Amino acid sequence: MRMLLLAGAFAAPLVLAEPTARDVQDIHLRDFHTKGIVKKDAVAQDAVQRICTMTNDRPSAEVGKQIETDQMKTIAFPAELMGDWKRGEDIAQSGRGMTFTDTAGTPNGGSCYNCHQLAAKEISYGTLGPSLLGFGKTRGAGAETQKYVYGKIFNAKAYNACSQMPRLGFSGTLTEQQIKDLVAYLLDPASPVNQ
Amino acid sequence: MRGLFFLLLALPLCAAAQDAKKEIEKYQQMLGEGSPAELWELEGEALWKKPQGPKNVSFEKCDLGLGAGKVAGAYARLPRYFKDTDKVQDLESRLLTCMTDLQGRSLKDATARLFGNADRPSEMEYLVSYVVGQSRGHKMAAPVSHPKERASYELGKKVFFYRAGSWDFSCASCHGEADKRIRMQDLPVLSDPAGAQKAYTTWPAYRVSNSQLKTMQWRINDCYRQMRFPEPEFASEATIALTHYLAVTAKGAPYRGPGTKR
Repeated sequence: MRMLLLAGAFAAPLVLAEPTARDVQDIHLRDFHTKGIVKKDAVAQDAVQRICTMTNDRPSAEVGKQIETDQMKTIAFPAELMGDWKRGEDIAQSGRGMTFTDTAGTPNGGSCYNCHQLAAKEISYGTLGPSLLGFGKTRGAGAETQKYVYGKIFNAKAYNACSQMPRLGFSGTLTEQQIKDLVAYLLDPASPVNQ
Repeated sequence: MRGLFFLLLALPLCAAAQDAKKEIEKYQQMLGEGSPAELWELEGEALWKKPQGPKNVSFEKCDLGLGAGKVAGAYARLPRYFKDTDKVQDLESRLLTCMTDLQGRSLKDATARLFGNADRPSEMEYLVSYVVGQSRGHKMAAPVSHPKERASYELGKKVFFYRAGSWDFSCASCHGEADKRIRMQDLPVLSDPAGAQKAYTTWPAYRVSNSQLKTMQWRINDCYRQMRFPEPEFASEATIALTHYLAVTAKGAPYRGPGTKR
């Protein structure tokens, strides 16, 4: 009897020590609350977030492919993809939107400069994502490139299942027009990105 | 020829970036030298010794883990398991316990003003400044021996890597890779002992942009805000576990706070 109790005492911490994915989500749902425009439900994981968390952002090739195929279906490509690079620059600079202190109604930004280098003149850029300096200059502005850039901004997970880049169109952060303006900011030969 | 042209074009820009980086470093050093954090510690000490609440007692009998009233080195050993509450608690959570259990204040009163502003700082921020200042020079040593401490550490690790919210972020999205930055702000890798030691030992901190001393609970709250998560509950199990994970990862480094930030 005493042995059993001891065994129980040793076994219990091991059980406690490894919370399951469901436990972790339940704790988040209990410990976060709605504030402003951000609803509590946003702390629950969708399938992509759950698989990426569980696999340390390295799903099997098969599962990764499946995610990308599913996410690709969320993108509706407009007929015309190039907007206005000048408006695109403002969107790339702005980090506003989607936080619990933002108000509905103010236009969101893309926070692009938080993670990427874009135009050479802007030295305050982040490095979490690759440099996009001269993006259109090296790749041109052909139909396929336009489509890739639009799709990547709309839903980065359609191209790389566990990408760290937010799904800016899918999440409702940016509108179709705003993404078009960013396509132009990256690809238009007149844009400072390509100067 | 083309290469040379690019080189000439790139040079002044590199120089500008270098200058900006140097200026930021100079600014950070200047901030460290003339930090108002000390004034907050003094104010906190006065509050610590002031009798309050229905029981009209001060915090001088508050047990932060080393015994009633022992403040020196206590913060360096938090978060930890407390028998009276049967919970792992961080500093802020423990201060709330002392407000309710020791001073007899209602939880509503204790949590009425957890984050202050420049015009009116909160009691919590003052008390935290005093307590953490009393751990300066003490090596970080948050314990993981009690089963609940181990569970808290393991949960904290899971919380750190948990991706969610409209932007799919986890803490690791910004604090998981070396030598990265947001705009000009360098990002420590908090899952790595070296990164955690460097960053965690300077929080809580006086933040110049807020003209105010900010607690670790605030730091975590504002990270989640920028991650596009809903708001974390103050001193909830998730935030305490995350703090515990960071504290344990930072173990061995001497505490250097309260720090001074931009």
